[in-house]
Amino acid sequence: MSTEAPEQGMGLPPATSALRHKDLLGIDQLSAGEIALVLETAVAMKEIGSRSIKKVPALRGKTVVNLFFEPSTRTRTSFEIAEKRLSADTLSIAIASSSVVKGETLIDTARNLEAMNPDMIVLRHASSGACHLLSRFCRSAIINAGDGMHEHPTQALLDAFTIVERRKRLAGLKVAIIGDLLHSRVLRSNILLLTKMGADVWVCGPPTLIPTDVTRFGVRATSRVDEAVRDADVVMLLRIQLERMEGAFFPSLREYFEVFGMTEARLALARPDVLIMHPGPMNRGVEIASEVADGPRSVILDQVANGVAVRMAVLYLLAGGVEHEEAA
Amino acid sequence: MKRLLKGGRVIDPANGLDGEFDVLIDGDRIARVGKGLPIDGAEVVEIPAGFLVTPGLIDIHVHLREPGQEHKETVATGTASAVAGGFTAVACMPNTSPVNDNANVTSFILGKAAEANLARVYPIGAVSRGQKGELLADIAELHKAGCVAITDDGHPTATALLLRRALEYAGMLGIPVIEHCEDTSLKGDGVAHEGFHAAALGLRGIPGACEAMGVERGILMAELTNSHFHVAHMSARASIRGVRKAKEAGISVSCEVAPHHFTLTDEALGTPIPYDTNTKMNPPLREAADRDAMIRGIQDGTVDVIATDHAPHHLDEKNVEFDRAPFGIVGLETCVPLTFDRLVHTGIIGLRRMVELLSLNPSRILHVPGGTLSVGAAADISILAPDLAVRIDARALRSKSKNTPFDGWEMRGGVAATIVGGRPVYVNPAAGVAL
Repeated sequence: MSTEAPEQGMGLPPATSALRHKDLLGIDQLSAGEIALVLETAVAMKEIGSRSIKKVPALRGKTVVNLFFEPSTRTRTSFEIAEKRLSADTLSIAIASSSVVKGETLIDTARNLEAMNPDMIVLRHASSGACHLLSRFCRSAIINAGDGMHEHPTQALLDAFTIVERRKRLAGLKVAIIGDLLHSRVLRSNILLLTKMGADVWVCGPPTLIPTDVTRFGVRATSRVDEAVRDADVVMLLRIQLERMEGAFFPSLREYFEVFGMTEARLALARPDVLIMHPGPMNRGVEIASEVADGPRSVILDQVANGVAVRMAVLYLLAGGVEHEEAA
Repeated sequence: MKRLLKGGRVIDPANGLDGEFDVLIDGDRIARVGKGLPIDGAEVVEIPAGFLVTPGLIDIHVHLREPGQEHKETVATGTASAVAGGFTAVACMPNTSPVNDNANVTSFILGKAAEANLARVYPIGAVSRGQKGELLADIAELHKAGCVAITDDGHPTATALLLRRALEYAGMLGIPVIEHCEDTSLKGDGVAHEGFHAAALGLRGIPGACEAMGVERGILMAELTNSHFHVAHMSARASIRGVRKAKEAGISVSCEVAPHHFTLTDEALGTPIPYDTNTKMNPPLREAADRDAMIRGIQDGTVDVIATDHAPHHLDEKNVEFDRAPFGIVGLETCVPLTFDRLVHTGIIGLRRMVELLSLNPSRILHVPGGTLSVGAAADISILAPDLAVRIDARALRSKSKNTPFDGWEMRGGVAATIVGGRPVYVNPAAGVAL
């Protein structure tokens, strides 16, 4: 596998030669060069997924545990497929919150798994920082598959890959992220990644759902959706959860759609070739109109497809990447 | 027996003393303070040059956890921690199990304190029965049994009406109501100061206004009832502003600040250890502007007391996800080094002010003995070493719990020895005072 830039060029800063981290806890820890390395590696991984035999031996003999403390279909499936395509032995454990009631701590659960000597643990957890906690107590590589309201690094990487695939660059693009910013780990990983790569990032939502001091991340914040969408290269919608109404964050889903919902009419302000993205699961008719979600500018299903390639790249690089290939 | 403390710098703001004086202890009392006192059969204790002899330090905000949570702390381990931190007396919070809402619990705590025979212990009773925020606890009975104040600490007093009644009733007894100021609706399920760092780490926020709402409510109730209202563990700049204005208006209000709130900011949430649960306390570590406001309040006199909010928790309780960990850190053994290092050696306050904040004002607010070295007063004395190099080692703390964010910190200034009722109860071998 080559980690060199593909022929068409990705318009990214020079990639580093390796991912020198034990874990992937967040985009926070990655340099622009490391992000470029993951994205360039994912190009080769995507090619593997297009073959009739979609499997390479890169992680043969490695054991990967997918430890999911929150329900997830998309992310877990995506990791599982990625692991299998790299020939890892995989095991997925979905732990309902009820097991917390039984009294075993996260550290004890992880230590019990570690006793069986896995190489990597992919963790999804409702508490921000759960992956950092595990990384302090575990020898295995920890991959963050979403921790509370903190980060979801592989989502941001697959979003970036999807944008680069279409636009050949990230620097200078206007990316508008609209929705529930406050509770979103996708938002945090995306603004960290996109600002590192030189994009012009706008975030938009009702003031009740904008994190404190969000502009200190180097983004622009607004509650005027037209301002966010105007001349945007990318419009990324974030899920609005019904239960947020109980916290009085907004009055009703109907009103949310009136004020912030992404419609064709609003999209007329964006660049004609704007990309429409959504990390899913979507609420049609709340944050996004069906005509937009299913329209020609939507790359929402590309995001899902690219998720597998990007996660393959992350698994491969954390497992030793280049050195590993040289040995083979 | 008699002991003569010779050669120390005596700082006794109540008597206007600051200079080299000898202090003669006769039994459990202070017999004389003066220059060149005759030895007259007393055991002579040479105090090294530069060391301070001060009235015993008093921490008015400590959780001793007994009865009910002895895995975190006991009266014996908590008072051992206190004397090692230079404190001759502590006031302990009523959120034990059962709650200190009746004379039996108060007597139990005092019995344990007598057994431990280290620092003096002044129990603080609950405002409401079971701290449930409904009916008043038996406040006069608590007072008679030895409680020096009332509070529903851990939570704010449930309603303005209950706070009003508590202030009126406590006013009759001449004891203050201490309030954990917080608007619980604004706090929600917040776990860290609402600011950039909590936003970056994805932690639910608690805005400073949440505390200031409680401060303002209490000030209004103090004005209404003409009783004394004391603000516990203040952290937000808006709270300081409120207290400052209230004092200008002549309302009977006082307040305390904990060392972690004049030292740390919410930046500690992410560095050096991301999501370190020893940076989780309530009120939370706030942003630099708040921390600086605490320092200014300490400097200009708005803040009356430094109190630690010593809140021991077991390692197993803290070694969990940040949002599931309990709030609080231990503070008794890090208070004096932090006060010297962060406030005195930086020139923010002088030594006289330090003694006011840690001894004189605490004794005045709770109307407890101590706070001075007056002749005839109990010989509760702290001997402090302002230039001692101190390195905090969490595992070496006397407290049963080790939950401190200051592990490994190197500071200038510490405790040399602690004397309670004329009896040395702690001597720091590193400081070189032979007691």
